[in-house]
Amino acid sequence: MSERQNLNRREFIALVGAAGAGLALGFHLISEHRLDAFAAETVATPFEPNAWLRIDTSGGVTVTIGKVEMGQGVRTALPMILAEELDADWSKVKAEQGDAHSKYGRMTTGGSASVRTAWETLRKAGASAREMLVAAAAQTWSVPASDCRTENGMVIHASGKKLSYGELAAKAATMAVPQYPKLKEPKDFKLIGKRVMKLDTPEKISGKAIYGMDVKAPNMLVAVVERCPVFGGKVKAFEASAAKKIKGVKHVVQIPSGVAVLASDYWTAMQGRAQLKITWDEGDFAKQSSDSILAERKKLAETKGAVAKSVGNVEKELASTKKKITNAVYEVPYLAHAPMEPMAAVADVRDGSVEIWASTQVPDRVQNMASDMTGTSKDKVIVHTTFLGGGFGRKLYPDYIEEAIHLSKAVKQPVKIVWSREDDIQHDLYRPSTYNVFNAALGEDGLPTALSLKIVGDALNKSNPKDNVEGAAVEGASNLPYKIPNLHIEWVMHNPGVPTGAWRSVGSSQNAFITEGFIDELAHLAGKDPFEYRKQLLTDARLKAVLELAAEKAGWGNPLPQGVYRGIACHKSFQSYAAEVAEVSVDKKTGEVKVLRVVCAYDCGIVVNPDGAEAQLEGGIADGVSCTFKRAITIKDGRVEQANFDNYDSIRINEMPKVEIHFVPSAEAPTGTGEPAVPPAAPAICNAIFAATGVRVRKLPIRPEDLVKQLGEN
Amino acid sequence: MASFTLDINNKKYKVDASPDMPLLWAMRDLLGMTGTKFGCGKGYCGACTVLIDGEAAKSCSRPIEMVGKSKITTVEGLSSDNSHALQRAWMKYDVPQCGYCQSGQLMAAAALLNEKKNPTDMDIDEAMSGVLCRCGTYQRVRLAIHEAAKEMTGGAK
Ligand code: FES
Ligand code: FES
Repeated sequence: MSERQNLNRREFIALVGAAGAGLALGFHLISEHRLDAFAAETVATPFEPNAWLRIDTSGGVTVTIGKVEMGQGVRTALPMILAEELDADWSKVKAEQGDAHSKYGRMTTGGSASVRTAWETLRKAGASAREMLVAAAAQTWSVPASDCRTENGMVIHASGKKLSYGELAAKAATMAVPQYPKLKEPKDFKLIGKRVMKLDTPEKISGKAIYGMDVKAPNMLVAVVERCPVFGGKVKAFEASAAKKIKGVKHVVQIPSGVAVLASDYWTAMQGRAQLKITWDEGDFAKQSSDSILAERKKLAETKGAVAKSVGNVEKELASTKKKITNAVYEVPYLAHAPMEPMAAVADVRDGSVEIWASTQVPDRVQNMASDMTGTSKDKVIVHTTFLGGGFGRKLYPDYIEEAIHLSKAVKQPVKIVWSREDDIQHDLYRPSTYNVFNAALGEDGLPTALSLKIVGDALNKSNPKDNVEGAAVEGASNLPYKIPNLHIEWVMHNPGVPTGAWRSVGSSQNAFITEGFIDELAHLAGKDPFEYRKQLLTDARLKAVLELAAEKAGWGNPLPQGVYRGIACHKSFQSYAAEVAEVSVDKKTGEVKVLRVVCAYDCGIVVNPDGAEAQLEGGIADGVSCTFKRAITIKDGRVEQANFDNYDSIRINEMPKVEIHFVPSAEAPTGTGEPAVPPAAPAICNAIFAATGVRVRKLPIRPEDLVKQLGEN
Repeated sequence: MASFTLDINNKKYKVDASPDMPLLWAMRDLLGMTGTKFGCGKGYCGACTVLIDGEAAKSCSRPIEMVGKSKITTVEGLSSDNSHALQRAWMKYDVPQCGYCQSGQLMAAAALLNEKKNPTDMDIDEAMSGVLCRCGTYQRVRLAIHEAAKEMTGGAK
């Protein structure tokens, strides 16, 4: 806020409803949750103020964004949307992260929703400002506004005379705010659709970008917390005298999540933590293991679950059909998010005010939480969002910030909480693991006549009633895109005490793997080409179009070099459509699989920044490859067995396939790119492994030794 | 506690610290140089990569007592204005996503180019596989390294 307050306000057009009178003009925008209604042209006000735009007298344009930047490029894509309608000079556009405030609407960043939900809002913000600048120029020249046009940060009169936005800023601020500014036709976009370098790239290659981990407040202590290794366990007693003897250790404080050591720096705090002697009450979970969880799930798979979808009569069809697959079991593990930047935040709880700097996906929730925890009114809680060193869903959960608030409150000093990588991997909120059973019957023509699926797995929301199907648990499965007349999908909730959370692409991250693998099984049983089979069964035209585009670009059906095999998969998530063709080679002796190339076709409507969108899809595919081969969180004696990147890794540069992206040209409103490339990657790869070896991968991750074993069984 | 003089980016810094404190934390927490990142603390991820006498080193695993008079280069020392060939190539291919691993990527790449003027893809795999990128920017890292190499050798190839 401070930078903004220091500015001479007369120099700006400030487009925000909440700003003071005078030069700051009200601009009210439809709230995010009403955008769908808006799109359907059932416009309902109440408007909520949302975006901020400033134009200074030198023509600099600053766009403030409410969504957080975690690598997905919103600090570039969102300003591009506004700048397009403003006809701004892109070289003069800067992005600024807004502090937590209701004027930004929902700040929570996830669900690949930032561009989709800001689209109308930011276009209107830009178009409105543009009309005000035109009005200001027209008044200056005493000409009709209709004789003026805008281009590259200038208003230009038909006679050729020009005024820059900077020159017009002060006057524009006195113009009436248009309620229904005219938006451009997509065909007239100049900036949207152009490949631009992300605005924050220069900071990120010079070491200047500040992440939560990098924040330093005056007089700050660094805290680390020893937590019970068993989920749900509590501190029974602890002994801190040895820890306190270490020079630089200032406090040892018990908080709800464990015992914290506060010191002058991280290293010293860790030395102190190593000296703590804690007796734990390990609670109910101490005897659990991945094996015991699996055993319970096998039993639960025999029980009736909550029905997510039921059409026709699957049982009857299965009983009367010969060509079928029964009891095909697919399994996926718990996954940690492991963003590159471990959890970190600084809290400074003072008398009557709180200031927080955090790497978080939920600045608005953090503000509410801090207000509740400290009894400070919300307007006195300032939450600055730093850059996030990755989020992937982990930073939707502000447990680490809660720790920092507790601690700062206790020691009356600013406190930075830092999680070690071990803390991160062992105390995450994991992607649910699931145990899934499929049955399907094929008709004479080889097409499926019936399919049943039972999913047994954790709920994200632990208070979800057993008979209620949690949307996230079945997303990507209950909306199976294939034409199957008899379909039955059930979910059996099983919460064995493992904390779970949303993980990049959420339910689709596991459900695309199981459904796209199983559909491939059906294609092979039918003796049909897996691409043609899908094409014949798909009901969604946009999904079919990406499938066809991926196949075409990958040269589906054309011969491949010796030893190289293809697999295909497609999936819709978060309103975007993705299809991927993977090419693999398999060393049958060692079980080593090389993913050589992934061709991805994608439809997210209008692509705002193609280069940034491609980066997201490349990253999503890399994530999918990592999930296929590398990652599993397993449990023994109630403890997570993995601790660091030595046993919970992602692919490295030598394992990155060549990725090619093809967008479907579109004039539809944009959706998103952060997540939807993840789901098809694992099944496309596993389907290629099947093509190469005849081994059907029904369980992730697939390690070389598992593949060798399965090859032996074939 | 002991006193050490560190030579970082051609400047001398005095720190008082326990001799086993890793260089990473001396730089980050004692000297306020936060360009070098903490990712794992155990030598697995390379986020903390710096140059020590021109060679890539994981600063999380290098106690300051072992650094001695060596010359340390961090991402802040690559250039003051993003003019280093690697940084320019990084911008051309817009490599970073979250950016958190990128200091490590750049420094590992700098060490590679110190050693090999025209690295092959295999050289890149070998030199760079110690640096994890959770966002998956690898394809662009590779392109950018080739680009910088080309430029540093005068565009000849
Ligand atoms: S932080 Fe040093 S290698 Fe990971
Ligand atoms: S850019 Fe995010 S970890 Fe590499």
